[in-house]
Amino acid sequence: MARTIIPFGPQHPVLPEPVHLDLVVEDETVVEARPSIGFIHRGLERLVERKDYLEFVYVAERVCGICSFIHGQTYCQAIEEIMGLDVPPRARYLRTIWAELSRLHSHLLWLGLMADAMGFESLFMHSWRVRERVLDVIEATTGGRVIFGSCKIGGVRRDIDANMLSKIARELDAIEREMRQITHVFLNDNSVKDRLCGVGVLTDAEAHTLGCVGPTRRASGGGADMRALGYAAYGDLDFQPVTRQEGDSYARCAVRCDELFQSAGLIRDAIRRMPPGEIEVKVTGAPCGEVIARTEQPRGEVIYQVRANGSRNLERFRVRTPTFANLPALLKLLQGCELADVPILVLTIDPCISCTER
Amino acid sequence: MAYFEMSRLALKWAFKRPPTTRYPFEPRRLLPGSRGRLVLQKQACVYCAVCVRKCPTRAIAVDRHLKRWGVDRLRCIACGYCVEVCPKDALFLAPAHAGPCVTKDFDYC
Amino acid sequence: MGLFAETTIVNKPLHLIPIPLDLLTGRVLDLKTRGFRLAQIGAARRGDILDLTYSFGKDLELVNLRVEVPARQARIPSISPVFWCAFVYENEIHDLFDIEVDNLAVDFQGHFYETAVRYPFGSPRAPLAPPASLPGGAVSTVTAASASTP
Repeated sequence: MARTIIPFGPQHPVLPEPVHLDLVVEDETVVEARPSIGFIHRGLERLVERKDYLEFVYVAERVCGICSFIHGQTYCQAIEEIMGLDVPPRARYLRTIWAELSRLHSHLLWLGLMADAMGFESLFMHSWRVRERVLDVIEATTGGRVIFGSCKIGGVRRDIDANMLSKIARELDAIEREMRQITHVFLNDNSVKDRLCGVGVLTDAEAHTLGCVGPTRRASGGGADMRALGYAAYGDLDFQPVTRQEGDSYARCAVRCDELFQSAGLIRDAIRRMPPGEIEVKVTGAPCGEVIARTEQPRGEVIYQVRANGSRNLERFRVRTPTFANLPALLKLLQGCELADVPILVLTIDPCISCTER
Repeated sequence: MAYFEMSRLALKWAFKRPPTTRYPFEPRRLLPGSRGRLVLQKQACVYCAVCVRKCPTRAIAVDRHLKRWGVDRLRCIACGYCVEVCPKDALFLAPAHAGPCVTKDFDYC
Repeated sequence: MGLFAETTIVNKPLHLIPIPLDLLTGRVLDLKTRGFRLAQIGAARRGDILDLTYSFGKDLELVNLRVEVPARQARIPSISPVFWCAFVYENEIHDLFDIEVDNLAVDFQGHFYETAVRYPFGSPRAPLAPPASLPGGAVSTVTAASASTP
């Protein structure tokens, strides 16, 4: 049977960010997928040579537009660990609240994109309508909708007073009601299930050897959630990683839907337990040492390898983002799938290519 | 028969007014504290140029002799670092819509 | 127990296990049989030496192996026969740092990252190009005309 090569991307209505896949198809079945990335490679890792470690937070936040806060938070955590800074509890709780808000908006964005990939435009618009409410909360507290700009080395830059915290809690109730309406459609509608169930099955063993992280891994059963490491305020909050067993696209969608409610619960918990006090510590000098910091982004585990040599500029800054770890799984999932399932499978690992390529 | 799970949501929103703001016919709702446009209060500025040194994108230019302060609007990321370090509190970020720019020059004021 | 008790979590100091290059594949195979997954492969240049960090994770534990390779003869064996997913990391360090990798499971021949400049993070065989200077931002205290008034 003759083989055709169909180029997918870098411009495609379904892709949030540019990635190129050469799909080798035999009569509607994809036999192989050859990726090509580098469309959005900005070389941010080399910017440490020009920007000192204090202002590099702004660069670290801009590695990605969707998961930006947690990039900034992980960078701050890495430098604070090298310098031995003790971040005050209130700052850690504020970071947790913003991180969970970031996770909410990222998962709602993904749900909308998945609905769009299936052709379910009205569900896409409704998901993003709910996301707007989350973005309004974020803008009222940090000043920016997507790039928060609120993390800094030694703490956070802005405080949220008690009045605002109770407003957030009330707004969360309304947001949660609307999220239930949307996730009800995602998990129960027959046309959605038709497109998602049984598509792109990853078994537990496969997901482990392929090095998958995040919801992609946890939907196959097993896999750890890096929030259990207890960084920021997660050590005090009570949560269990969300897992499913089936390992298909429906399970990955269901894990993200469940994580929405888990995040809302964590925010409420953090608001209730918010300690009073300072929001920053003074930072003097320059870092010297090496550390590997890990946190849980909406897409999985992100690893920051930071090396500093005592000068104002860092020596090496390396980010291993979760989508980079999920790329081999994508290539494995695409082998043997139907051509019409390609957008679903590409979106099911939640690709954030600007993270991947920094 | 779970085929029309969406109908309840769709019908409800078919009879409600749209959640979007019909900008520019309706005014844009600004949230206080939102970071938009960098504004200088000229009478308070002493041209010490601390903001120039602290700006992460080098978007500010100060001329002490000519007493000019300018910001490159396209480089400014509205991070607010200059607002924090200004010793005279002369800068603030207004929650205004950043207007269109036609050149890449510094906007002197 | 033994060597693999060294772990790194966020609030503990970094533990690295330095190993020579020829023992790498054996140690990686050992980690695989103990149930670890590949977390990352990172490269960092330190003068004339390239530091490669292989991180492996299991549940919440992280084990880091550090291999030092001289920059002049940067040639390493691939661990993709053990962990197939390592090919993305190894192609990346090949495309960014010009490290030769033998036996890659999927070899993109340098076309994984299509960048305008080959080996943007510096090739061991050529000096690292300095980053372009950043324009913008100026403090001028004296203009040219008023400087020379006696």
